[in-house]
Amino acid sequence: MSDNADQPQAHVTVQPGLEGCTVILAGVWRITATPPRWAEYVGEQKPDRLKVEMQAVQRWDSSLLLFLFEVQQWCRAHETQCDLEAVPAKVRTLLGQLVASHETSVPFDRSENFLTSFGLATQDAWKKVREIIAFVGECVISAWRLVRLPHKFRWRDCVDEMQQCGAMALPIVSLISFLVGLIMAYQAAVQLRQFGADIYVADLVGLSVVREMGPMMAAIVLAGRTGAAFAATLGNMKANEEIDALAALGISPVDFLVLPRIVALGLMMPLLALYANCVGIAGGMIVALGVLQIPPAAYWIETQSIIDLSDVNTGLFKALTFGLLIGLAGCLRGLQADRSAAGVGRAATSAVVTAILLIIVSDAFFAVAFNILGL
Amino acid sequence: MSALNVNHTGNGSPAIEVSSLVCGYGDQTILRDVSFKVARGEIFFIVGGSGCGKSTLLRHLVGLNTPTGGSVRFLGSPFSEADAGTRRAQLRHFGMLFQGGALWSSLTLRQNVALPLEEYTSLKRREIEELSALKLGQVGLGGYEDYYPAEISGGMKKRAGLARALALDPEIVFFDEPSAGLDPVTSRKLDELIVEIRAMFGTTIVVVSHELASIYDIADRVIMLEKQAQGIIAEGSPRALATTSNDPRVKEFLTRGTGKVPLL
Repeated sequence: MSDNADQPQAHVTVQPGLEGCTVILAGVWRITATPPRWAEYVGEQKPDRLKVEMQAVQRWDSSLLLFLFEVQQWCRAHETQCDLEAVPAKVRTLLGQLVASHETSVPFDRSENFLTSFGLATQDAWKKVREIIAFVGECVISAWRLVRLPHKFRWRDCVDEMQQCGAMALPIVSLISFLVGLIMAYQAAVQLRQFGADIYVADLVGLSVVREMGPMMAAIVLAGRTGAAFAATLGNMKANEEIDALAALGISPVDFLVLPRIVALGLMMPLLALYANCVGIAGGMIVALGVLQIPPAAYWIETQSIIDLSDVNTGLFKALTFGLLIGLAGCLRGLQADRSAAGVGRAATSAVVTAILLIIVSDAFFAVAFNILGL
Repeated sequence: MSALNVNHTGNGSPAIEVSSLVCGYGDQTILRDVSFKVARGEIFFIVGGSGCGKSTLLRHLVGLNTPTGGSVRFLGSPFSEADAGTRRAQLRHFGMLFQGGALWSSLTLRQNVALPLEEYTSLKRREIEELSALKLGQVGLGGYEDYYPAEISGGMKKRAGLARALALDPEIVFFDEPSAGLDPVTSRKLDELIVEIRAMFGTTIVVVSHELASIYDIADRVIMLEKQAQGIIAEGSPRALATTSNDPRVKEFLTRGTGKVPLL
C-alpha cells in the first residue's frame, strides 16, 4: 500500500471522430486522489454523441462513478447522446444507483413556522414542568420509604457519595473560601481604614461569610463539581440502558440512584459550609494581620462578638437547602438526558446551570424570609 | 465500496499478514504468537467463544491498541511498526464497522458518511452529498439520509455504520460482531450485503463473530481463538473444520456441542 502521490493517476482522453467523440478512461481511479473534471477535458467541444470506454482502467472506485455521472449530466444539458455500452455492467448498475440517489435525495426539512415552533416549545416547557413535579414527588415518596424502612436504604452508596462530594471537595472548597475571605477583607480594609474603623473588618468578613458567602461558595463549587458528576453518571447509565435494567427489575431508579446521592449532598453541604466559614474567616484574619496589623486574637474576639448562633444556623439551613437543590438538579438532568454522548454533555451543563440558578433564587428568597422573621 | 480490481494486477502479497502478534492490555497478555494471512478478496472470520480475545485481536489489527510484540502488514506494507503518519495514511484504506455502529450522535446519517469524505478527499460538497446518499442507498437506507442515529433502529445503525465504513472505498473492511443484537433476518441481510460488497468490488472482509449461521453462510476461511490457549487453535474452512478437526474444542464450538454440522 502506498500513498496517493506514489500511485498512478486516472487518465482521460477525448478522441474526436466521425460519429462524435470517444472518451477513453485509463489508469487508477482513487477517491482520495484529485478527481479529474469533465469540464476540463471537453472544453468547448459539443459533439452529437459521446462514447465512453474504460478497458484501460486498472482500478476504480466511486471517483469513476462521479466522473461518469458528471459526463452524463453534461450530455443531458447539451443534448448529446451518451453511449455507455462499452462500460461494464456493474459500473452501469452503480451509476444508475447514483443517479437514483441524486434524484430522490431531497433533504428532510426540519424547519417549522413560528406558531408551530412556539406551540412545540410551550408543550416542551409544560412537559418539563410536569417531569420536575413528578421527579420531586418521587423523591419525597422515596424519602418517606427511607424513613419507614431505613434498612432498605443503600447506605453504602450514600457513604461513597459522601466521600466523593464531601471529603474529596475539601481542597477546592478550602482554596475558594480562603480567597473569598481574603478578597472581602481587602475590600473592607480599604474603606474602613479611612474612618479608623479597622477592627470592623472582622465584623464584616465574619457576618458575610457565615450568613452568605460560606454556604454560597461551597454550594457553587459543589454545583460545578458534584452536580455535573451526578448528571453525567446518570446520563451515561441511561444511555447504556442501565436505568432501564433497574426499572425492568422493578427497582425504582430514584430509590437506587437518586436518593443516596441527595442524602449524601444534604448531609455534606452543611459540614462543608461550616468548614468554608472557618477557612473564610482565616482568610480575613490573615489580611487583617498583614495589612491592618490587627492581632489574630483581637480579630477572633471581634468576630465572636458579632456572630451569634442564629447567624451560623441560618447559614447551615441555607447550605442544607442548597445541597438538596444541587442533588435534585443533577439527578433530574441526568435522568432526562438524551441517550447519546452529546445528550450526556448537555445534561451535565444543564445540571450546573440549573443548580446555580436555584441556589441564587433560593438565597434571595431566604434573604427576604429571614429579614421578615427577624433572623 | 472497495477499490475494485477490474483487471486484477495485485502483486500477490496477501491483504493482511500477521506474524507472531502479542496482544494485551497493560501487563495482561490476552493473545500470544498469533500468525495468519488473509488473501485479497477473502471473507475471513475470527471466531471463538466469548472472552477469547476476538475483539482484542481486531483492535490490535487496526491500530486502536498497540501490540506488545509481532507485526501486522497490510497489502504488503508494514502497519504496526510504521510511524504514526504512515499508519494514518494507511488507515484511509480500511473501513471498520463497530459493534453498535458507533455513529456520531450529533450528526445525521448523511453527515456521518460524509465526514471521512470531507477529511480525505477534495470532492465538492455536492458530490460528497451525492456519494453519501449513494452509500446509504447501497445499504438500504435511502430516504433516511437526514435522520439522526437516535431516530433509527439498531439494525439501521449497523447498516449506517457500514455505509460510513465504505465511504472511502476501502480495500479491507473489518466487522466487529456484525450480527450482535440483530434479528436473524436482519443479520442474514447484513451477511448478504457483505457478500455483495465482496462480489462487486473484490473487497477483503475480516469479520469477528461467533454467530454460526454467518460463519457457515459466508466465511471462506476462519481462525478460531481459544482463551486458555491464548491464541489460534484452528484454521481453515468452517465446514471442513467442523467435520475433520480432531480438536474437541473446535468441534464443540462449530457443532454447538452436538457433534453434527448445523443445517443452516
